[in-house]
Amino acid sequence: MTFAEMIPAPRLAEVRPPGTTRLFASGRPAYSAHQRAYGPLPTVRDLSTLVREIEAAGLTGRGGAGFPTSRKIASLRSRTAAGGPPAVVIANGAEGEPLSVKDATLLRHAPHLVIDGLLLAASVAGAVEAYLYAGRDELAVVRQALAERQDASIVRLHEADDAFITGEASAVVNAIAGRAPVPSDHVVRLSESGLGGRPTLVQNVETLAQVALVARYGAAWFRTAGTDADPGTRLVSVCRDRGPTRVAEVPGGIAIEDALHAGGVNPRAVSAVLVGGFHGSWVPAHAFGTPLSPEGLAPFGAAPGAGILMALGFGACPLVVSSGIADYLSMESARQCGPCVNGLPAMASMLRRLAGRERNGGLPAEVRRLAALVSGRGSCHHPDGTARFVLSTLTVFAAEVDAHLAGRCTEVHA
Amino acid sequence: MNEALWALGRGTGVVALALLSLSVVLGIVHRSGRPLPGLPRFSVTLVHRDVSLLGAVFTLIHVIALFFDPQAQLNLVDFILPFLGTANPFWLGLGTVASDVLVALILTGLLRRSVGFRVFRFVHWFAYAMWPIALLHSFGDGTDSAAAWFNVVAVLCVAAVASAVIWRLTTGFVEFKKLRTGELP
Amino acid sequence: MSALRNELRRELRRESALLHIDWTACDGRGLCTELLPELLQRDEWGYPLSLGYGSNVPVPRALMDAAQDAVALCPRQALRMLGR
Repeated sequence: MTFAEMIPAPRLAEVRPPGTTRLFASGRPAYSAHQRAYGPLPTVRDLSTLVREIEAAGLTGRGGAGFPTSRKIASLRSRTAAGGPPAVVIANGAEGEPLSVKDATLLRHAPHLVIDGLLLAASVAGAVEAYLYAGRDELAVVRQALAERQDASIVRLHEADDAFITGEASAVVNAIAGRAPVPSDHVVRLSESGLGGRPTLVQNVETLAQVALVARYGAAWFRTAGTDADPGTRLVSVCRDRGPTRVAEVPGGIAIEDALHAGGVNPRAVSAVLVGGFHGSWVPAHAFGTPLSPEGLAPFGAAPGAGILMALGFGACPLVVSSGIADYLSMESARQCGPCVNGLPAMASMLRRLAGRERNGGLPAEVRRLAALVSGRGSCHHPDGTARFVLSTLTVFAAEVDAHLAGRCTEVHA
Repeated sequence: MNEALWALGRGTGVVALALLSLSVVLGIVHRSGRPLPGLPRFSVTLVHRDVSLLGAVFTLIHVIALFFDPQAQLNLVDFILPFLGTANPFWLGLGTVASDVLVALILTGLLRRSVGFRVFRFVHWFAYAMWPIALLHSFGDGTDSAAAWFNVVAVLCVAAVASAVIWRLTTGFVEFKKLRTGELP
Repeated sequence: MSALRNELRRELRRESALLHIDWTACDGRGLCTELLPELLQRDEWGYPLSLGYGSNVPVPRALMDAAQDAVALCPRQALRMLGR
């Protein structure tokens, strides 16, 4: 029996959301609107079938790393089934990235879809405890949503701090365990030993909402949006280097220029886009036809990540903007690991001198040397992500770098 | 026989004081992260450990010798609980306190991977309390405290530990401190 | 051909363990870099550096004893051996 056959078919046909408006189909956060839009949460009788369905859907994590969701859930499931301690499932809605607002937006508009996904993940993983970790304002909406339903008594809420690094999985576990919300050194995966030494699944809230949709409508429906390589829809946060951020739900593999349009930004007024957030990479204007998929972005060293697109308007000096971001990232180090605490400010200061048009031909080499020095030498990926961003800046804006080293700048300095 | 025990007790006490002073100095050198001339960092650590263990052995001989010496009037309880002795209870009690702390330092030092870094460090801070207590004990309870040779030894110990502690409190103490701009004040 | 394969196998067996650095504990005291100069350099802030390997440094069999010493002597208990 396939998964689709387990669910009464006629009801499905009525409520299946068309097009790419999937996650926001309910319109309002109320439970009644949620049920009208999606129908009731299906009773999953065969949990391994749901894992297979998620695998067939090709759903990947929407928190940044893009790991296949089915494999993450399955590894936890096998551990619990092997007689280990009961598992813990955590919905991660902490967006440390100041540019990302898609998880907050999702929690405010569709809290019930996230709760559905959390409950499904908990039952598949055999978890008896489920947490939802998010900012205070979003938790208020979720708290109201939980009061509207009786089936979510295992869900506990935990407020997230507003710092860049709080969303890292081990930092999330530390926060919920009552420790400082900073990453910790780990030699085993959280799925082996996480919260209280138990197998722990930390899953982004958008991923869980997608799980709730796959459980209802199946893998074939999921794949009606997006491409074979990047199926389904994904949320993107689109912004200009200054200005508001807009969230849009776009099909997987959408061209960067179309994603910009969806976020209300005119691609013709943009010289480059930072894809994947502050730990991401720049994509120059001539490559805006590139699909927003792992394969499409690979040549730029970028990935869709958490779906952040920061557009750099003409007139803004990319090196000044990048230097500001590098400064911010160096300040956001959790100050635990020596190479990060010392290397990131050093790297940022070299970039600042480059942005300030210091005529010193050795600066780019020094930036590259420091980037190589910090990479891989931390308990989380903050130094690696920062190094990747800085190297991408030197590569994509090579012409600007040369101009700056000659004391000129092709763009107006703000 | 009693004379021999008495001499052994006094002698080992002075040697223990000298060894523990050297141990404190080596511990501070170790903490600085700097090597000594001809002695790489890991050797400083090992010598610090060995000198401490040797100091503990001499302390043990010191205590046992005086226990069997009737002149010292030591009871079993004086090994563990301070200030209950019959002769010189206060000065003897300081010796008991110092040896208790020494036992804690040695145990957490040898078992530091089991007790964890935090416990080890917390207990190890008490080395800075143990040393002056042991010094006071040697002056107050020591038969030779008026002797010139003992004063020479004591002054050397105090000078070595005091200069190491003063160095410890300066900003240039840790080898790479100046380069680590990111450290919080 | 088989000689090459044997050489490869020997190489794999030799690198049978990883030295893991806990950067949250490491204070750059430098004992490990003295004990394992073949594996670890020191960066400009004093922290151990094995370019390309990050937090998990493969230890050839010949250096296992030195690596065990580094683990035992690390003043910050920031090192441990991971079996492959």
